[in-house]
Amino acid sequence: MTTTLTERNQNRGTRSGNELTTASGRERVFNRVCVGVLVAFSLLWLVPLLWALDTSLKPEGETTKVPVTWLIDSPTLAAYAKVLDAGNVLQWYANSFIISILVAALSVVTASMAAFALSRIRFRGSNAVFWVILAGIMIPGQALIVPLFREFAAVGMIDTYWAVILPQIAAPVAVFVFKQFFDGIPRELEEAALVDGASRFHIFSRIFLPLSRPAISAVSIFTFVWSWNNFLWPLLVLTSTPLMTLPVGLATVSSAYGIQYASIMASAILGALPLLVVFLLFQRRIVEGIAGTGLKG
Amino acid sequence: MGTSTVAPETTANSGAGQRRQGRPVLAGLAFLAPFLLLYTLFLIGPSVYGLVMSFFNTSLVKGGLGSFAGLSNYAAAFGDPQFWSSLWHTAWFTILTTPPLVILALVFALLADRAKKGRWFFRLAFFAPYVLPSAVVALIWNWVYTPDLGLLADVVTRLGLTPPVWLGDPNWAMISVALTTVWWTLGFNFVLYLAGLQDIPRELYEAASIDGATPWQQITRITVPLLGRTTTLVAVLQVIASLKVFDQIYLMTSGGPDFATRPTIQYIYDVGFTDYRVGYGSAVSMLLFAVILVVSLVWFALVRRQERDA
Repeated sequence: MTTTLTERNQNRGTRSGNELTTASGRERVFNRVCVGVLVAFSLLWLVPLLWALDTSLKPEGETTKVPVTWLIDSPTLAAYAKVLDAGNVLQWYANSFIISILVAALSVVTASMAAFALSRIRFRGSNAVFWVILAGIMIPGQALIVPLFREFAAVGMIDTYWAVILPQIAAPVAVFVFKQFFDGIPRELEEAALVDGASRFHIFSRIFLPLSRPAISAVSIFTFVWSWNNFLWPLLVLTSTPLMTLPVGLATVSSAYGIQYASIMASAILGALPLLVVFLLFQRRIVEGIAGTGLKG
Repeated sequence: MGTSTVAPETTANSGAGQRRQGRPVLAGLAFLAPFLLLYTLFLIGPSVYGLVMSFFNTSLVKGGLGSFAGLSNYAAAFGDPQFWSSLWHTAWFTILTTPPLVILALVFALLADRAKKGRWFFRLAFFAPYVLPSAVVALIWNWVYTPDLGLLADVVTRLGLTPPVWLGDPNWAMISVALTTVWWTLGFNFVLYLAGLQDIPRELYEAASIDGATPWQQITRITVPLLGRTTTLVAVLQVIASLKVFDQIYLMTSGGPDFATRPTIQYIYDVGFTDYRVGYGSAVSMLLFAVILVVSLVWFALVRRQERDA
């Protein structure tokens, strides 16, 4: 297995006794059956992705063979070349990257500042603010498309990056992740700085932010992924092809390629790649982020 | 960034430090300002605006709110079979997706908990689809569901059955979209359950094992009851997510065949951006919001009770 020892121990959590359990024969058989069933299901889960990859490597002539076959007589990257030559995919990548990076960065900045105020500054009305932000979690963003659209139309910002970026920045969940983290930072750390007369901003930027790397990475990864995958709102406000994000652009692809299934699947694989890479790189962070935010809610 | 590298002033008494801190209300609001500004402009503001619009005959193409409508938009929604059928489609989708997404995620997590090796692989296999954009998921599954040439038609044919036209048959279209959704989003719940399982002390199992409990009894008597909180969380998050369904239905069936799968969000989209009736669309949004709010409140009540019983 390629897991490092530390990761194993983290995975284990409290399970150091696992190998020492009084594994009766019955229990061992039971565990074997469990693992077997799970392996079967996880392979089944990978089939659609592998099938898309397989199709994308076929020449167009082979995709419509009946009966269906996984074997490729002459594997080719022609479909990828064709999709990339069609010009728009790389542009959509760039649009999605610019938008998602900005959303993630601005989310981290605004949410961490707000969380610092809620966690460390005692002032009248801070509780009310906290509840107002909590209420925001329940508002379904999709139900706001009509008023939001009119808002942006009124200031002439439809069909701009900003129309996509601005509504996604203020994520209530991000404030909670930071607040939870800040609440766990011992007060002794800031007291010394207070005695020296440091400003609040100094304490926030020089003491709190450097300590909260896990929270920063969780929030930035999540806001990045949400923004990257957002569909309905960008579909509505981005009307010119050169500005489209990748998901919106891809939605127009299938009609353009008709029954050229290899090209359609090549587009799908290209659309899947960036996030699969992000996921593989940050797998542990993402999983810890979900576990941490979900269970202590 | 300020002059942080400069040596601190020689006033080493905390009183001066406190004075330099300024007034807490101003400081608090200064830190909150950027977030609250965006939050007000793009979440609270539109919510209030939408609520106001729902009482007017607002049109998408004319400026202003239009004429006052009172409750007639709400009355129109309640009287419109299209609205009820869209609500039913959303509910049907929720019914089809929630049980498998909760139960399968729990079962897979329980099985993974018994695996000594390779947990990273299970996490990868189940979670990988979750990070894909809906557009990619729809492209892949539209190909899997393609009649005659698609992978699924082939599998069913090999089993000696006649495959339906998955996305084109009104009876099968929603089931097909639901199956895709289970594949796409199960990983998230799976990870939540894995985290919940980490919190159960091993000693409980060992004690039960020594007392002669079978593995099955350990699962049903110890693990599942102790995961109660996680199950509540997963189920409610799932119901709320399913009630907001739009992307995959729009991309896979466009709400068809013949509106047989059109969910409420798409109905709002259609009346707002095709018929320009945004006042009416806002009223429908508020009704959907009310349904989601009720579900959330039920969840709070459940969690409260669980906390009390714990």
